[in-house]
Amino acid sequence: MKVLMKGNEAFAEAAVRAGCRYFFGYPITPQSEVPHYLAQRLPEVGGVFLQAESEVAAINMVYGAAAAGARVMTSSSGPGISLMQEGISYLAGAELPAVIVNIMRGGPGLGNIAPTQADYFQAVKGGGHGDYRVIVLAPANVAEIFTLMEKAFDLADKYRMPVMVLGDGILGQVMEPVELPPLKEINPPPKPWAATGKIERDDKTRRIINSLYIVPEENEKHLEQQFAKYRQIEESEPLHENFLVEDAQIILVSFGTMARIAKSVVLKVRERGIKAGLIRPITLWPFPRKAFTAANIPVAKKILTVEMSGGQMVEDVRLAVNGRIDVEFFGRTGGMVPESKEVLEKVLALAREVE
Amino acid sequence: MFKRPALLTEKNFHYCPGCHHGIMHRLLAEVLEEFNPEETIGVSSVGCSVFIYDYIDIDWVAAAHGRAPAVATGVKRVKPDRLVFTYQGDGDLAAIGTGEIVHAAARGEKITAIFINNAVYGMTGGQMAPTTLTGQKTTTTPEGRNPAHQGYPVKMVEMLSVLDGVAYAARVALNTPKRILEAKKALRKAFKVQRANLGFSIIEVLSACPTNWGVSPVEALKWVDEKMIAYYPLGEYKTPQEGVE
Ligand SMILES: Cc1ncc(C[n+]2csc(CCOP(=O)(O)OP(=O)(O)O)c2C)c(N)n1
Ligand code: SF4
Repeated sequence: MKVLMKGNEAFAEAAVRAGCRYFFGYPITPQSEVPHYLAQRLPEVGGVFLQAESEVAAINMVYGAAAAGARVMTSSSGPGISLMQEGISYLAGAELPAVIVNIMRGGPGLGNIAPTQADYFQAVKGGGHGDYRVIVLAPANVAEIFTLMEKAFDLADKYRMPVMVLGDGILGQVMEPVELPPLKEINPPPKPWAATGKIERDDKTRRIINSLYIVPEENEKHLEQQFAKYRQIEESEPLHENFLVEDAQIILVSFGTMARIAKSVVLKVRERGIKAGLIRPITLWPFPRKAFTAANIPVAKKILTVEMSGGQMVEDVRLAVNGRIDVEFFGRTGGMVPESKEVLEKVLALAREVE
Repeated sequence: MFKRPALLTEKNFHYCPGCHHGIMHRLLAEVLEEFNPEETIGVSSVGCSVFIYDYIDIDWVAAAHGRAPAVATGVKRVKPDRLVFTYQGDGDLAAIGTGEIVHAAARGEKITAIFINNAVYGMTGGQMAPTTLTGQKTTTTPEGRNPAHQGYPVKMVEMLSVLDGVAYAARVALNTPKRILEAKKALRKAFKVQRANLGFSIIEVLSACPTNWGVSPVEALKWVDEKMIAYYPLGEYKTPQEGVE
């Protein structure tokens, strides 16, 4: 059955379908339809929706619920995510699974409520204190919100770590027809590590959820285990979409809704005989580095990263390309969405250079 | 008979001589044994009691500084039939965590807060806490706390007891054997209130920090009497309408 659904509602419905039964959050534009929807929906499925007094409290409620073994999420936007960073660091330190949706808005500071992708650094490079990573997923359309939200909860449980799903104001607000995936029986993995009271365990051993490792040797050991996990994730979880890259001389790189504009530009310049393609990272961490190997983009001569930011993901693209190919950047900031005309002109200019 | 509560682990406390955290841990262990400790989840905080999970043999979730009431809210909402409590110092509960404690209380969250008021930040070196008394010298009030500059000490249980979500609020002290027994009674009552689903419960415990007060453990007991209780009167500030003994 096809239904017309707003992106933010899709985040909410997808979470419920992925077995999430707890939501703690604090209102902020442009993600408010997520809590609106869940305030209604979670009680219907025996879950709990609670509006916290702040993002600081919300993420710590998430921490408590995750510690007690629940599938739990929160959603917010830039300024709220900034406040949650302490809690996200603690989730990472205590190895707790949780899903955090960030519908990005213009910053820094109060900025505005227009769509941007300027929280890329904050999402993929940390944001909170300490040596940690979160998995970051970036859907580009409403249908993909469903697949990636399910994936987000699965990855969070599989690796016992926070997973962030990044969208922007366009994705949150856009209404698209989607084929709702069939309802599935969700069986999250057992969580024998959760602090649920000794009564739930036959052997009556206790559980302590903690991120304190006061002895440096022990903290390093704990971190080494985390790093091993991160390496495994970098090996097995990167995801990207290739669009007409095999014969492309110019490769555009964009994520999320920006990639939709980039895709339309690729098609338009192809009409003029310019061989362009698009790589769309779907996991922003782990960054899909292998998408940029010579084997994957055999004839590429120029790369153009297009973002709704001053140039954040472009750094990871440059690292992945490692100097083999020239990487250029085009972006608009402050809530301005690059128009396909502007991007097209940029690609045409690059095409002249390539010739 | 005086025996070691079974819930206390073998580990020796790391607290300074004369510190009341140790007494309170013991009381907590004794009272939890009267309930079902296997159904209990403690939420620890940041401060001198940061290792409490090493001492009391139940499930624990360790919270960030000040955030224990929010963490406990998450735990309790997932496990509503567990006994869930926080253990927090005055810096933790009355400074950085004011928002979390006020709103957990206002929501009538069915958790119990054990609030250790020793009038200083112990762990970080005896700085001023919101509860530091007027005139009291700390490492950040070397001339003594001056209300004209640093404001007045905060009376948390009085403040919280006006909130409708609060079912039980009491202040106790640990500086005489009689008061220790009263503290035990109050703690038991706070847990019973939670068990009966009546709302949020808190007990504020006036505690000695001889190290940062710069006095001997014995002088500290007197200091609690003369200085602390004078400003922070003991007693029950809110009790449930329905009888909970
Ligand atoms: C976000 C954050 N800020 C500051 C600290 C440092 N810190 C640790 S304990 C503490 C004060 C604890 O005082 P209190 O809650 O009164 O407990 P006590 O040590 O007296 O038992 C502070 C400021 C921290 N751990 N985290
Ligand atoms: S510093 Fe104070 S509160 Fe901390 S252990 Fe020593 S006496 Fe107790």
